[in-house]
Amino acid sequence: MSAEGHEHGDDHGHDDGHHHHKETFVTKYIFSQDHKMISKQYLITGLIMGFIGIAMSLLFRMQIAWPGQEFPIFEAILGKWAPGGVMDADMYLALVTIHGTIMVFFVLTAGLSGTFSNLLIPLQIGARDMASGFLNMLSYWMFFLSSVIMVISLFVEAGPAAAGWTIYPPLSALPMAQPGSGMGMTLWLVSMAIFIASSLLGSLNYIVTVINLRTKGMSMTRLPLTIWAFFVTAIIGVISFPVLLSAALLLIMDRSFGTSFFLSDIFIQGEVLHYQGGSPVLYEHLFWFLGHPEVYIVLLPALGITSEVMSTNARKPIFGYRAMVASILAIAFLSTIVWGHHMFISGMNPFLGSVFTFTTLLIAIPSAVKAFNYITTLWKGNLQLNPAMLFSIGLVSTFITGGLTGIILGDSTLDINVHDTYFVVAHFHLVMGISALYGLFAGVYHWFPKMFEGRMMNKNMGYVHFWVTAVCAYGVFFPMHFVGMAGVPRRYYENTAFPMFDELTDVQVLMTVFALVAGAAQLLFAYNFIASIFTGKKGPKNPWDSNTLEWTAEVKHIHGNWDGPIPHVHRWAYDYSKVDENGEYIIPGQDFVPQTVPLQKDEEELQH
Amino acid sequence: MTTVLTLAVLALVAIAIWQMTKIFELSQLKAERAQIANDNDNRKNGYMLFAFMVFTYLITIFCFWKYTKFLLPEASSAHGEEYDFLMLVSFIIIFIVQFITQFLLHYFGYKYRGKKGNKALFYADNDRLELIWTIIPVIVLAGLILWGLYTWTNIMEVNDEDDPLIVELYAQQFQWTARYGGTDNVLGEANVRMIDIDKANVLGLDESDSYSADDVIVRELHLPVGRKVNFYMRSQDVLHSAYMPHFRAQMNCVPGMTTEFSFTPTKTTAEFRKEPDVIDKVVRTNKIRAERAAKGEENSEPWEYDYILLCNKICGKSHYNMQMKIIVETQEEYDAWMKEQKTFSQTMNPAEQ
Repeated sequence: MSAEGHEHGDDHGHDDGHHHHKETFVTKYIFSQDHKMISKQYLITGLIMGFIGIAMSLLFRMQIAWPGQEFPIFEAILGKWAPGGVMDADMYLALVTIHGTIMVFFVLTAGLSGTFSNLLIPLQIGARDMASGFLNMLSYWMFFLSSVIMVISLFVEAGPAAAGWTIYPPLSALPMAQPGSGMGMTLWLVSMAIFIASSLLGSLNYIVTVINLRTKGMSMTRLPLTIWAFFVTAIIGVISFPVLLSAALLLIMDRSFGTSFFLSDIFIQGEVLHYQGGSPVLYEHLFWFLGHPEVYIVLLPALGITSEVMSTNARKPIFGYRAMVASILAIAFLSTIVWGHHMFISGMNPFLGSVFTFTTLLIAIPSAVKAFNYITTLWKGNLQLNPAMLFSIGLVSTFITGGLTGIILGDSTLDINVHDTYFVVAHFHLVMGISALYGLFAGVYHWFPKMFEGRMMNKNMGYVHFWVTAVCAYGVFFPMHFVGMAGVPRRYYENTAFPMFDELTDVQVLMTVFALVAGAAQLLFAYNFIASIFTGKKGPKNPWDSNTLEWTAEVKHIHGNWDGPIPHVHRWAYDYSKVDENGEYIIPGQDFVPQTVPLQKDEEELQH
Repeated sequence: MTTVLTLAVLALVAIAIWQMTKIFELSQLKAERAQIANDNDNRKNGYMLFAFMVFTYLITIFCFWKYTKFLLPEASSAHGEEYDFLMLVSFIIIFIVQFITQFLLHYFGYKYRGKKGNKALFYADNDRLELIWTIIPVIVLAGLILWGLYTWTNIMEVNDEDDPLIVELYAQQFQWTARYGGTDNVLGEANVRMIDIDKANVLGLDESDSYSADDVIVRELHLPVGRKVNFYMRSQDVLHSAYMPHFRAQMNCVPGMTTEFSFTPTKTTAEFRKEPDVIDKVVRTNKIRAERAAKGEENSEPWEYDYILLCNKICGKSHYNMQMKIIVETQEEYDAWMKEQKTFSQTMNPAEQ
């Protein structure tokens, strides 16, 4: 399309400027093919979905803490699903299911990766736009459509999907097993199928753009780590999402056309069903073949953002650039061969469990390297503690805390007794949920001026947002490990049927109070975000004194990003506080050297 | 507890309001760099990072101090002891790493908080350092992997050595049923297609299979202490998971296939109830239940600690209440109990009695 046409002309930077198209409201704000607008569309859609997902979690947290209590707010929001203000057990499971689905796919996959891949890939590699603006637009609108269908599914007669976000059959396949497995589940599957298509279109575009449209001098080893993360994330997505599509399609066939891929020997509600020969374990394999890489699809972009934000704000190069790239690649490779650790006790052959234990604990090694490298990046820095920086530090903290308990869960032996308990819930919320959300927030605070033409978010509200969230996140999820170690299974509507869990009610109340406060803190973020779009103070062109290319692009959004020729790149992205042999900054009086600055006389391009 | 919580919330709200007023003060500044951290922000947030490190340690200590007693009591199965030990060692390693890394992360955040004129160190690489922190995790993890795999292989090996008791755990929405092999200790053939509700053949046993005649079907699981039990799990409708936390045992029940797990119970229910931490837990719990009784609430009858089988795989509306009591007893008690149970053929042909 148009972007490509110009791309060739600009390729070597000899063309002077870019022609503006006449844009209507529709082409500029709605069916835009401009990556910056699409990125904002992703972000705002993702944040709205996030609002729904987090609100749901608060509702079911209240139910767990005060089981069977009447809350007028339940009746106001849930209507017939909370007669007299008491939440229905099916609705509880539906909330848990949709919370998981929305947060994992719609917020942390599309909202995080979609937003920042779109914004940063062209800007940081020096491209006028994505390789295909049209596919990019299509990708967003399919994501939007899948979001709409998912939201519609909340309002169907028998209730939304309620089989857990992993929708294991037969529960998800049989409407007689659970009311949510009727129309609600059909819509869930349709929504996810469209979501997968959207994700694939997006990912292919990201890959092609990174490979083909880098500006002159931007070799792969000079790419900022954000781009490495987005690039590899896209590759994992292309490898694993199609497998989820096949699982969804086979499930649709089992549900609607009477096939038996996942079903066999079922007797339910007084009758034997005709299904024969299928296996739910097959579904679990297919699901987790995506499901586990998905964790890294969520996490790698957050880690990439952290690398960039942390280095910039520490005024130091990221420590061990090559090791960071190697870790990303190692994690990507290993992430596709560890899925079985979700299935140690699924009935899968125990020998297979041994293999997955081995690969799973291996993946801890590149993760540990990343954590250590982040810590070393802080060492002897000149830390500018902007909100984005605090969220990045917070990410490393929760990534370590959550990652360490992975050593327990990845060990098939130890998994036996904590599998599917709150221990798991605590583990993955810290390591991928909270960490990735911190990455998202870090990205929003850091690149807000890039997204909204120089306007900046209010830092003090940012500080309050961070500190309240950071305290509450540990307040919710740290005690949760203990609940899990006490043997409390996840997805229980209430724990009152087991007197052995009676004394844990206090812990549940504590966690819920923290969760409610954390939820309130997000409202402050929402206010800051919306208010700053309209009234945020304009900052300098390069507010964080950053080296990367996006800050050389025009503040005002123009199609093509740079008014003049595309800048060339002469160095990596991390020459912060670099000094010559006399101990003077390379550029006198300035502790950073943008990528566009040629190597100085006698300057070595070293260390990476 | 509630008062502490209320106070904590009030304190947080107060901090939020205090910060909000600062926002309004500071928002008066119109400088271009107003929203970028200055030395003052760096100083304050540097101190906050230090405070946050203290907070993470405090919440760890608080949780251990308050909640350790809530954890499951010592394992009541033979392999459970090894499980508990491996868990303990893993946790010690985790907490050492957690303590050190969180300290370094937050302390560096505090120590190197930015100040105008400070110069950061250009330090991009150090192969030796990176080698060290690659090799150390490799060694530690290799140890844990080998140990874990050795234990795993032992636990998951289900065989017929040592004359195991054969028990089937049968799952359906939303209840458990147990079936014993009977005097021949062999389970008769079964399939959901042979379920006959009218004749009360609810587990779908093959009536023509001679092994099924003496099978015993019950709703309460009794196990003799010290004898290995081989469990064979089936489900008739959706996925369930047979979770016996006190025995460190869990296995999914999958429609269309039979899964298996094996363990040896080492303590009778009576012995278990005499353990000090179990006694304490019962006292604490019954205190809570007595308070409920005083208020006229549900779930308030006094409680005696029993081993329990829970469903631990989402299975529908009443998933949260799918349970079966497990009683471990001496061989004599078990034999006496078993004698009272009806066999499958007795229940199917009551006339012949």
